[in-house]
Amino acid sequence: MKSGSSPGRFGNPEATNGLLMVSPTAIYATLLLAAPLVAVVVYSLMVDSKVGLSSGLTFANYIEVWTGRIYQAIMMRSLTVASLVTAITVLLAYPVAYFVSFHVRPERKSLWLFLITIPFWTSYLIRVFLWKVILGYNGVINSGLLSLGIIDEPLTVINYSVGSMVATLAHAYAPFAILPIFVSLEKIDRSFLEAGQDLGESKLMTFWRVTLPLSMPGVIAAVLIVFIPTIGDYVTPDLIGGGKIPMIANMIEGKMLKQNDKAVGAAIAVTAMLIVSVVSIVFLLLNKRFLRGQK
Amino acid sequence: MNKSPSLRAYAIAYLIFLYAPIALLPLFAFNDSKVIAFPLQGFTTNWFAEMWADQQLFNAFGNSLTIAVSASILSTTLGIFAARASTRYTFPGKAGILGLIMLPMVLPEMIVSMALLVVLMAIGVPLSLFTIILGHVLICTPFAVAILTSAFQSLDRSLEEAAYDLGETPASTFRLIILPLVMPGIISSLLICFTISLDEFIISYFLGGNQTVLSVYIFGQFRFPAKVPAVMALGFVLVCLSICLLTIAEYFRRRGIARSGGKDTGGFL
Repeated sequence: MKSGSSPGRFGNPEATNGLLMVSPTAIYATLLLAAPLVAVVVYSLMVDSKVGLSSGLTFANYIEVWTGRIYQAIMMRSLTVASLVTAITVLLAYPVAYFVSFHVRPERKSLWLFLITIPFWTSYLIRVFLWKVILGYNGVINSGLLSLGIIDEPLTVINYSVGSMVATLAHAYAPFAILPIFVSLEKIDRSFLEAGQDLGESKLMTFWRVTLPLSMPGVIAAVLIVFIPTIGDYVTPDLIGGGKIPMIANMIEGKMLKQNDKAVGAAIAVTAMLIVSVVSIVFLLLNKRFLRGQK
Repeated sequence: MNKSPSLRAYAIAYLIFLYAPIALLPLFAFNDSKVIAFPLQGFTTNWFAEMWADQQLFNAFGNSLTIAVSASILSTTLGIFAARASTRYTFPGKAGILGLIMLPMVLPEMIVSMALLVVLMAIGVPLSLFTIILGHVLICTPFAVAILTSAFQSLDRSLEEAAYDLGETPASTFRLIILPLVMPGIISSLLICFTISLDEFIISYFLGGNQTVLSVYIFGQFRFPAKVPAVMALGFVLVCLSICLLTIAEYFRRRGIARSGGKDTGGFL
């Protein structure tokens, strides 16, 4: 990276200065992010036994992870939970972003956005825990309904289930979905909408054929911003699922630390990264198609 | 724009949904009962007293402060370098380098912390507050870069050139012209990184060794049902604290936009 400063190869001082300027941050990211990620990939190709890591490279860990029934089940669960959370969050968030962008006076918009972002900056752990308090067997909902006389005994369907995990995560990542959709709605030229209506389209059709397609990049950004942290979430399965409904992150921890099998743990981590990358690429390609369709 | 009452009602209902769980914090923090359940049992401040008397909590909070202050200063510094480079220069491999720097934003935290843990253990670095700081700088830097890039972008290049023409060196130009203009961005980046670091759990949990920070302490308390009311009290204090910090950050962000003559587009992200 630093070789860029030799004047022979990069004649212009701009490139040299730019590289010099970015180098502290780039070196930090290389040493503490790129190198560890490479190490994880290398670990995933070795075999972890009691005597230590073997030197030969093998795909055995991947075969174990990709064909093992437990691994498959946990990965499917993570995918299901993350997809459900993403769908719910984005669908619920769109009207709010639309409202703030189209129906709130410009000087009030930042206040609305500020109100939407505050809950996101309050302790994540406590927000997740609050949902345990709300949905628990003796929780707020059950005790509230009992004291009002609506139910006779606590509801059990709402605690320790995939459904309550989805509710918790959908609440935790709600602001993430609103912001990118809002930004893309703000960028839409309002005269397009007037043009649509002048040409005889109804309001609903204008929304369907003009606003929605133009805001698609924001929707796709929202999908990725919600999906990626959700699929790797550790706290919610542990607290809300009571440790009985693990997801990928819990499985990585279990393998790496509790069972001390770093090779298989690393293979799961790499697999998780692959899943995230595949989903990201699919959605980015979709985004590209939408952008091309507009032109 | 015409008014749309149903959309407005929905948006307000959504805000209520966002805030409802947090509204439970003061409700149960002052509730005179060991059990978190309705009906409420009357007013007490005992839980705050219990929280206040817990020495472990203060140790954990002290550790968290050390980490959050170090991580926010370091990541904002690294953010300044990257944001300045990305807004002012073009250089080979720019997209790739910046992509790597921003990567932690789209990588599950569990993977970041496990990757770091594997390497730290392999080269024999003992886990401590220092290793937590290393991890936090990594995940805070992308946020710092994002905030600072918008601050640097609104800079007028001609101001800088005027300073050169008047005989200032690059270093003194940076100190006298650029730094004051991006200062609101720097402050808001410091505050955001501070908040992220204070709240972060996964990295603190796995890279801390036997050192406990605030989030790890809170997580530990969840295991004891008797401690829950005191955790509610602590949560209430933390929520108030982070609302204060965010209000200050928002104030500086808006002042920065007003100072450079830009238009407010709202939001940190």
